[in-house]
Amino acid sequence: MKHVIVIGGGIAGMQCAAELARGGVRVTILEKQSDTGGKLRNWHKLFPSLTPAEEVLGGLNHALKRSSEIEVRTGCEAAGVTPQRVTLATGEELECDAVVVATGFTLFDARIKEEYGYGIYDNVITSADLEQMFNSGTVSMAGGGVPRRIAFLHCVGSRDEKVCQRHCSKVCCVTGVKQAMEMKELFPSADIFNFYMDIRMFGPGYEEMYREAQQRCNIHFVRGRISEVSPMIDGRLQIKAEDTLTGRPLKIGVDMLVLLIGMRANDMNTVLEERCGLKRQPSGFMQPRDQFLHNTESNVPGIFYAGAVTAPKSVGESLNEGTAAARGVLDYLAAGEGSNKLTVAG
Amino acid sequence: MKRSSWTEYQKDIADDHYYYARSCIRQNFFPGSEKAFLNILGKDLGRDIFDDPKHTSCTGIGYHSDIVPLETIMTVVARQFALMSEAGYENFTSSCITSFGIYTEILSTWEEFPETEERTRENLYKATGREFVKPRNLAHTSDVIFHHREQIARQAKRRLVNVYTGEPLRVVEHIGCHYAKIFPKSGIGGSEFPYVLAGMVESWGGEIVDYPERRHCCGFGFRNYLVQANRGYSVANSHKKLESMAPYKPDFIVCNCPGCSMFLDKWQYTIAEMEGTTYGANGGGIPVLTYEEMAGLVLGYDPWELGMQMHQVDVEPLLDKMGVEYDPSAKYLGRNGKYIGQPEHALVNSCSQDTLYKIQR
Amino acid sequence: MINFGYSINKPRVIDIDRNNLHKSNEILREMPELQTCIGCGSCTATCTAGNLTEFNFRKVHTLVRRGEYQGAYEEMNKCMLCGKCRLVCPRGINTRGVVMLIKRKLGDF
Repeated sequence: MKHVIVIGGGIAGMQCAAELARGGVRVTILEKQSDTGGKLRNWHKLFPSLTPAEEVLGGLNHALKRSSEIEVRTGCEAAGVTPQRVTLATGEELECDAVVVATGFTLFDARIKEEYGYGIYDNVITSADLEQMFNSGTVSMAGGGVPRRIAFLHCVGSRDEKVCQRHCSKVCCVTGVKQAMEMKELFPSADIFNFYMDIRMFGPGYEEMYREAQQRCNIHFVRGRISEVSPMIDGRLQIKAEDTLTGRPLKIGVDMLVLLIGMRANDMNTVLEERCGLKRQPSGFMQPRDQFLHNTESNVPGIFYAGAVTAPKSVGESLNEGTAAARGVLDYLAAGEGSNKLTVAG
Repeated sequence: MKRSSWTEYQKDIADDHYYYARSCIRQNFFPGSEKAFLNILGKDLGRDIFDDPKHTSCTGIGYHSDIVPLETIMTVVARQFALMSEAGYENFTSSCITSFGIYTEILSTWEEFPETEERTRENLYKATGREFVKPRNLAHTSDVIFHHREQIARQAKRRLVNVYTGEPLRVVEHIGCHYAKIFPKSGIGGSEFPYVLAGMVESWGGEIVDYPERRHCCGFGFRNYLVQANRGYSVANSHKKLESMAPYKPDFIVCNCPGCSMFLDKWQYTIAEMEGTTYGANGGGIPVLTYEEMAGLVLGYDPWELGMQMHQVDVEPLLDKMGVEYDPSAKYLGRNGKYIGQPEHALVNSCSQDTLYKIQR
Repeated sequence: MINFGYSINKPRVIDIDRNNLHKSNEILREMPELQTCIGCGSCTATCTAGNLTEFNFRKVHTLVRRGEYQGAYEEMNKCMLCGKCRLVCPRGINTRGVVMLIKRKLGDF
């Protein structure tokens, strides 16, 4: 039986493993956290349908458990990759016939944008923090008040050369709209302002959701990036931006500021490039063999990609890539390119 | 205030042997501050610092007012560096933030565009026959005081504490724009949460006030102030800052830029005379100190020796809070007890002498 | 008071905390679709008045939504109510209705 190692037990890796097992392959998932599910474990609901994240995770976990051919090794970090062998951080070597790199992305550290005061002012939080709050069932200001005015800031750590993140993280726009609507639901009398540079509603139902946020939820969209956040004497936060559609500077005091943090490439991608011969894009994300016909293959035959390791992607897109990568692996193994003496003998 | 990142913005600050470059504005408006800096470095801290009579203005004000061309200012700066090496020094410290910005920017320009450095060498040689070596270390004088802040704290005679309440004094720090807004890496703490003055204040017992317009420019802006018709826009900046900080009832403002010290102090007079608004306690202004004056007070210097009578806003309420002993009648006596004249009555100094001294009783 | 030959510039900032949003909220309650404006500028591009005067419909209603009412009524008076803006609006906003509503609500400002 052929053996494939999937590095990363996030949603793309899980989907890919399940598909591979269905295709008659033995799979080992290497996950560095203590459990599978990746970033989705900390997410509450998914745009635009507001499907609970745990529903998606439940389905994926169920598929993994159904197969006896999938082994999940948690607390396990890969340090080197070839199509035949994955070396772990501990030095242990695992033999295989193909590898799928599904290591995903890293959330941008909002403290780097010092001017927004994350980590300094208590009521500046990130979109990821807010999802955790939703999950915990308690959304409130630090120290427990009800926010009367909430601001969302789009593009934190995206489209920003100052922090070496030129790319668009793609999903934050719609996340900002989704979270603004969820906050309006929780705090109906609160005024909510979204500060954006562009609103990019690329997926089905997203634009409709945006419109609903505007018309039904009366969420204010101000086209202008926040330049700085400072504390006010009453404990609120003062935000400065330009209202670019009127051409005037604007300031506003808010109780809570949510930073929509972007996706950046993992630091490990440099290791993949330098030690494993895999190509990286200027954005730091891994470079697929090509953008169209070989979107889930790397430049090294036998090493495949799935999910956000190659670019920021939505949950649905990552899942699709899991399936697509599994299909590619199965074709590759069937063509015999992945024959590995040890496994064949075993 | 919470800060998370100042330690990530560090720079080398030489420990000893400084070549000192004075500031045009500071020399004229706060002459005591530069004298105090030399005394603190030389006498209190036992450091070697050279005050060279041969050096000139960096011409920064002219440069930022579109009067002095880039090539000229580069040559002037090159001459300062030449004087430094001729005097046997390699650590350059400038008293002025504008100059500091100019030196930082020019060194960086020479680094990025080596041909401009070559041209400057040629120009300097043709004009003066001098050659220069770039400084090994460049620091603003506030960096130097920051570097020695703990030693100053150990030698302190007074602290930034209200002697009547025992509470830390509430201090507004204002950092000159050209200190770190041009090159954030060149300033202690970067440009968003600079720590150069905050570090001194905290080491000496005070408390920093973080207020909405903390990062806003004082409004000097060179040509924007120099042209009378533009002054309304210049003063509006200080106005905006003062309006924003006043609710926090700061005990004083401390600046590291000569221009800011002057403007935040003297615009208070202007605003009071134009609109009748004052921002300090008891209807007066908020005292504005240079960091040399702040360090001098901590080290036990006499306020009139520090030149604090040159301020527009009376400093006595602050001196009283700090428990500084001073001779009120000696305020306007200069060197050798000579009367130096005294300012006209102004709204910003409207608090009566009774109010000024009430706190002491 | 001394005249120094200049005056202190007034801030240009839109200060949401200081602005009274009461009227703006009322307008949005009566016509929530105004919030769906995406600032495309089609209305202003085609505007009869905007091509010959300083009138900018998009800017005026955005300012009104921020609580900046000064002069909005006078500006809206420049509208000829030709209705071309309503034809081009990709969000289907009843722009003529917006003109009338703002005039009705902000006549006092």
